[in-house]
Amino acid sequence: MSFEPKILGILCNWCSYSGADLAGTSRKKYPANIRIMRVMCSGRVDPVFILKAMESGADGVLVLGCHPGDCHYSEGNYKTIRRMTMLQKLTDQMGIESDRIRLDWVSASEGDNFSAIIRDMTEKIKKLGPFPRNGGNNG
Amino acid sequence: MAKLKVALYWAASCGGCDIGFLEIGEKLLKLIEVADVVFWPVAMDVKYKDVEAMPDRSIDVCIFNGAIRSSEQEHLAKILREKSKVMIAYGACAYGGGIPGLANMYNREMIMERAYLETPSTINPGKIMPQTSYQSPEGELTLPKLFDTVKTLSQTVKVEYIIPGCPPEERTTWMALEALIEGKLPPVGTVITDNIKAVCDDCPRKRDVKKVKKFYRTYEIISDPEICLLEQGIICAGIATRGGCGSPCPQANMPCTGCYGPVNDVIDQGAHFMNAVASVIDSNEPEEIEKILEDVRDPAGTFYRYNLPDSILRRARV
Repeated sequence: MSFEPKILGILCNWCSYSGADLAGTSRKKYPANIRIMRVMCSGRVDPVFILKAMESGADGVLVLGCHPGDCHYSEGNYKTIRRMTMLQKLTDQMGIESDRIRLDWVSASEGDNFSAIIRDMTEKIKKLGPFPRNGGNNG
Repeated sequence: MAKLKVALYWAASCGGCDIGFLEIGEKLLKLIEVADVVFWPVAMDVKYKDVEAMPDRSIDVCIFNGAIRSSEQEHLAKILREKSKVMIAYGACAYGGGIPGLANMYNREMIMERAYLETPSTINPGKIMPQTSYQSPEGELTLPKLFDTVKTLSQTVKVEYIIPGCPPEERTTWMALEALIEGKLPPVGTVITDNIKAVCDDCPRKRDVKKVKKFYRTYEIISDPEICLLEQGIICAGIATRGGCGSPCPQANMPCTGCYGPVNDVIDQGAHFMNAVASVIDSNEPEEIEKILEDVRDPAGTFYRYNLPDSILRRARV
């Protein structure tokens, strides 16, 4: 059986969740590998959420928010950029492939963009294989 | 009343915790009035077999410092657990893995090669590596096995209390010992400190708005002694670290590095710290943010200095 990655999508309520909704209502196809969790703002996403998801069974985590400048709360997504840039530096050092953690922007009208991002991410993680949990190795 | 029996042990640690313990000074005499020290390798000549011969649960309290990274340390942790009624993880290494825990950025082979072959001061043309067992004419000689992954004490055996710090401050050690002497130990699982808020709560520096355009290492800047170090661009772990130490480092112009561990209910001190530091960056431009973060040269060593084995990721994938 081929490897089917589990991807956690953390989507902001105002743009990206509506974008995902639009992808559904307009019957866009995308892989079923994504599990969506809704937050009020991508600025709510603490790096702990992402690390915990990875250790709890996710092979990748996707954070989607409003495009910069379009945040419902003015600047929540700017904080997301800072945190995700910092997290990426850490995960690089910890030997976690950069394709496993992704930040992107999807507006409420971008159903196409949403399904394209999911397709692209699923494909990349399929190539990487399962995320090694439990500290990677023991002994 | 019979005297209490106390054991102290060191595993993967620098020895600083034993010295930290002695910081209580003449109060040690108060401890000795009510307690006998039955095992303390750094101060007394007691053999492992003497401990193994003790009845189970015959030691009242074991104060254990150091992380677990070899078969010997794991064995002693398990033996002392069986023999002790109460196990206390003493110091940052036993609590979160400490500095030895940063070995989790590598694995056993990488560490062995570095130590026995690659270091500039090593001359080892025969590439001789330590073995766990050797047959000599007199019989078999053995060495403990080094683990791939450093573990905390609570990842190895059940632990009742934690005394944090690198090493624990005298006031923290004494707070725990006093509770022990008076028989007023807190609920199991307590991290014993006299402040459950962050180090910032103890810190006398002035705090205002945190907006940082550039991060500095301590040698790159002469800091203002009155103002919050993080506001000056020096990465200070005070915001993400349990108080109770009295903030000696920020008061000596050095940033907090996080040795007292996370505040209550935080599951990953490093991620918590990283989150807070990222939030103070004063830029909204991805390229500029990237550039500002270039100054954070070693995120794992900065944010997880004392608790990598206790973090969510536990180790690097190498």
